[in-house]
Amino acid sequence: MSQTKKEMLVDPLVDNNPITLQVLGICSALAVTSSLQVSIVMAMAVIFVTSFSSFFISCLRNQIPSSIRIIVQMVIIASLVILVDQILKAYAFQISKTLSVFVGLIITNCIVMGRAEAFAMKNPPVASFIDGMGNGMGYGLILLLVGFFRELFGAGSLFGVTILQTVNNGGWYVPNGMLLLPPSAFFIIGLIIWAFRTWKPSQVEEREYKIQQVEAH
Amino acid sequence: MEGLISLAVKAIFVENLALSFFLGMCTFIAVSKKISTALGLGISVMLVQAITVPTNNLLLTYLLKPGALAWAGFPDVDLTFLGLISYIGVIAAMVQILEMILDKYFPPLYNALGIFLPLITVNCAILGGSLFMVERDYNFAEATTYGLSSGFGWALAITAMAGVREKLKYSDIPDGLQGLGITFITAGLMAMAFMSFSGVKL
Repeated sequence: MSQTKKEMLVDPLVDNNPITLQVLGICSALAVTSSLQVSIVMAMAVIFVTSFSSFFISCLRNQIPSSIRIIVQMVIIASLVILVDQILKAYAFQISKTLSVFVGLIITNCIVMGRAEAFAMKNPPVASFIDGMGNGMGYGLILLLVGFFRELFGAGSLFGVTILQTVNNGGWYVPNGMLLLPPSAFFIIGLIIWAFRTWKPSQVEEREYKIQQVEAH
Repeated sequence: MEGLISLAVKAIFVENLALSFFLGMCTFIAVSKKISTALGLGISVMLVQAITVPTNNLLLTYLLKPGALAWAGFPDVDLTFLGLISYIGVIAAMVQILEMILDKYFPPLYNALGIFLPLITVNCAILGGSLFMVERDYNFAEATTYGLSSGFGWALAITAMAGVREKLKYSDIPDGLQGLGITFITAGLMAMAFMSFSGVKL
């Protein structure tokens, strides 16, 4: 059992990553990856919400009537998100300002709902907790990767500490301003997906149309 | 009036929910394979957005804001911490009601949109619209304009994306980028194109 639990935790990191493979939860969080610190806070918030919502929904799974399950799940998730939001506002006000509406948007983050529907409704609480945590971590991993590249090459710093001395401050590095703008997150994720799939070729999608060589006339 | 028009243009092009705030990305990527389905989903999102943003605005003004309950004799009550849970409740209820009304009075439309309506509850663009409305402190007229135009912007983005993807499937893409990868890169290029509107002032 311990082996499978470890697998459940590690599997969503690369082999079954919620973002690159299941296409879940890309929604809200990408706008907040322009610096590493904010990405970490966001990732932790999502890990907290997915693991605990899976746990509580799984505890209640035999009591929830299936016709209103979506609403019940929503209420549980929304309460956890309110908790996170209030904690951030109380202890990390500056970060909570930067994250603005995106903390609230964890409610509609498809990973949370997706894991609740697909796993927590059928499995016991502890397993669901681990599954939720694993998927939250898979999501956090992508968030950190994107945040790392965007902050390092966009602003020449990590966690606000200068790594590459930029030209404006008398250094040598010319920052790539586009990385601080929203479109760059799409490119970076596209490239991460490419890298993941080159590493694990089994994840490559089938082509809809085969390209065929035509003989020259 | 001028303010409202510029708000609408800004919500459709400059601050497009899908392409500059990444809202509703799950559905944006998953349902943009064909133009007809993308259009159907886009229209439903626009409809729901146009209803829920003003409704949540009323809810905020008359129930949740500090001092909003003065009409009921509780001038000191501040319920804003209940915001998230009430907005999502309103959205879920509105989607349900809309589904019933469409089923009863416009069956053809219901059949066309049927599958997408329940999905809309968990579409980040809808909740995001309401949260932006709260954060930017819109009044009722602004909230109505914002709801309608941001929904329209989302519909525009997903339809354009579907158009690109319909052509894209004939192209020769490296194996690892097939499907999801190239879709992200296309979305990035579209987002850059939309950013060129950012200089527009009305």
